[in-house]
Amino acid sequence: MLKIKDLHASAAGKEILKGITLTVNAGEVHAIMGPNGSGKSTLAQVIAGHPGYEVTSGTIEYDGKDLLDMGAEERAQAGVFLAFQYPVEIPGVTNAYFLRAAYNEIRKSRGEEEVDPIEFLDIMEEKLKLVEMDSSMMQRSVNAGFSGGEKKRNEILQMAVLAPKLAVLDETDSGLDIDALRIVAEGVNKLKRPDSATIVVTHYQRLLNHIIPDQVHVLAGGRIVRSGGKELAHELEAKGYDWLTEPVGA
Amino acid sequence: MTTTHFTDQFRAFSANGGGEGPVWLPAMRKAAFDRFHAIGFPTTRDEDWHFTSVTPIAERTFKSMKPGATALTLHDIKPQLIDESWHRLVFVNGRFEPGLSNFAGLPAEVHVSTLSEALKAEPEWVKKHLGVLATFDRASFTALNTAFLQDGVVIRVPKGVVVEEPLHILHITDGLAAGTAVHPRLLVVAEALSQLILVESFAGLGTPSYFVNAVAEVTLGSGARVDHYKVQRESPEAFHVGTVQVSQGRDAAYHSFSFAAGAQLSRTNVYTKLLGAGGEARLNGLYILDGTQHADHQTFVEHLAESCASRELYKGILDGASHGVFNGKVYVDPVAQKTDGKQTNKALLLSDKAKVDTKPQLEIFADDVKCTHGATIGKLDDQALFYLKSRGIGADNARSLLTYAFAAEVLETIEVDALRLELERAVFERFTHLRLE
Repeated sequence: MLKIKDLHASAAGKEILKGITLTVNAGEVHAIMGPNGSGKSTLAQVIAGHPGYEVTSGTIEYDGKDLLDMGAEERAQAGVFLAFQYPVEIPGVTNAYFLRAAYNEIRKSRGEEEVDPIEFLDIMEEKLKLVEMDSSMMQRSVNAGFSGGEKKRNEILQMAVLAPKLAVLDETDSGLDIDALRIVAEGVNKLKRPDSATIVVTHYQRLLNHIIPDQVHVLAGGRIVRSGGKELAHELEAKGYDWLTEPVGA
Repeated sequence: MTTTHFTDQFRAFSANGGGEGPVWLPAMRKAAFDRFHAIGFPTTRDEDWHFTSVTPIAERTFKSMKPGATALTLHDIKPQLIDESWHRLVFVNGRFEPGLSNFAGLPAEVHVSTLSEALKAEPEWVKKHLGVLATFDRASFTALNTAFLQDGVVIRVPKGVVVEEPLHILHITDGLAAGTAVHPRLLVVAEALSQLILVESFAGLGTPSYFVNAVAEVTLGSGARVDHYKVQRESPEAFHVGTVQVSQGRDAAYHSFSFAAGAQLSRTNVYTKLLGAGGEARLNGLYILDGTQHADHQTFVEHLAESCASRELYKGILDGASHGVFNGKVYVDPVAQKTDGKQTNKALLLSDKAKVDTKPQLEIFADDVKCTHGATIGKLDDQALFYLKSRGIGADNARSLLTYAFAAEVLETIEVDALRLELERAVFERFTHLRLE
């Protein structure tokens, strides 16, 4: 589904990703781990199409298409979803309006009919249960005044509504207490489909107790320095990152 | 600048209707006209007018409106009513239209009438209040308004009376008034512990060019509360200068909201004096400009007693080659200890040719005060744009939604539901070309 080949990317002239190669197949969960500043979030943002990063070389193929040739909105319409580490607040625009606008834009791009506000409420009811959110959240402005946990749950709610094929979760566990972590992880697990894939970007192993990865990749200095099965995450938890990053540091 | 063409007009006015009223009134008009003639129109050398040239007003010859009833019907003005259930006084081309007005349902104790009726019924009461706050010694437009003072509204809310429903004063100008100047006057006295919600709107029908020069005086007794909304949607060719002068007694709360989207050149002044301890002034506003429009907002909050609070939030959205000005003055007198003042002013520039000048002025002469001000001028936030796009929302729609969101933050402070919804809808549709349900 996703084939990243020798990807180099920089921000403000500084190279952050220095040759990433990664293949993710449908039905798989991949964890990207690594110390702060290793390029984990950059990789997530580059996949979603953040204009602040320049891809200097390499390719990303998604579903047989050149992902780098598509704008952020086209990627979303094609089924790519990024759960933000820092979701943006949009005062004045209700969650309900925002979600329906996104949902309808994606439907339109597939040649499907738009849904009206009443139909959309029915769709939302079930999705809200998934992330244990009250329907009153729908009338609040997008993320405005939300707690850290509410913002992250709201990201998963958006993911539930947009039903992506490739979901990238960027540090979704940061700032979550244990209950919120469980709700978010269960939500992600329930949204998995045989034809979808998930990339979990995280610093800590704890989220991976709930969302079990098929593969774990360690990113350091803009490169993948080690790949392995889920046991690699446990090893990192026990030993930290230093033993992996030091020899490769240059 | 030239004021001479007003001289003939004033002479004609004095001879014909402008001489009416109690004996003191023609003298007041005359004094005001003499003062206007002496000081002339302000120039950009005046500190208060540094960013706004009124040359387009000064160089034009505006006629007086000829007497005659309007042909407009209720149906014609319906879109301007905002909420038909409100009490309303409707003026068309500066003239009161009883047939379009409806304020019979007001509580009996509340005195609402046109200025001309009040001058007949209670001349002494009017004399006691008129022109007390709106002094014209250094204010050309107030002098001009006073010189041509004829019609307007007088509102007196007696002690302890609470008017629940908004009172709407609607000024409509249409093509019949092209080339004329009107000088509406409003006098509000909200006595101790009374409450009033006032919506003043100025609307142009079609695209005539005219000049509205409005002056309002609002006095709040102890513990009174007045919510004063101003909606300026003049014709795109019009000129609008509006000054609101307020005085607040002990524990009185004055909340003002100023919306400006019309006129080629507009200036809106809101000046309040906090005269008694515990008073609160909240001055908010939103202006939306395009083309070559110019809108200038000036606020002046005088903290003249202790423990008063003032809050200001003004926002502007500027497209085309429009020009916005915000000048917010706060004065804290030596006696005004425990003053709590906050002023925020933000502008969003949608085009490279749009321009904003902003000038906060804080003069603080007391030591135990908390006063802050902040101004930001910017473009839409890239991270927010990316957030919307990453959800599949196209670039144009993402920009529209964020522009609306910028406005919504200040529109949310409007406590009159029908007005808030009306303005939210208007702003949303203007920027998104979609319907807000």
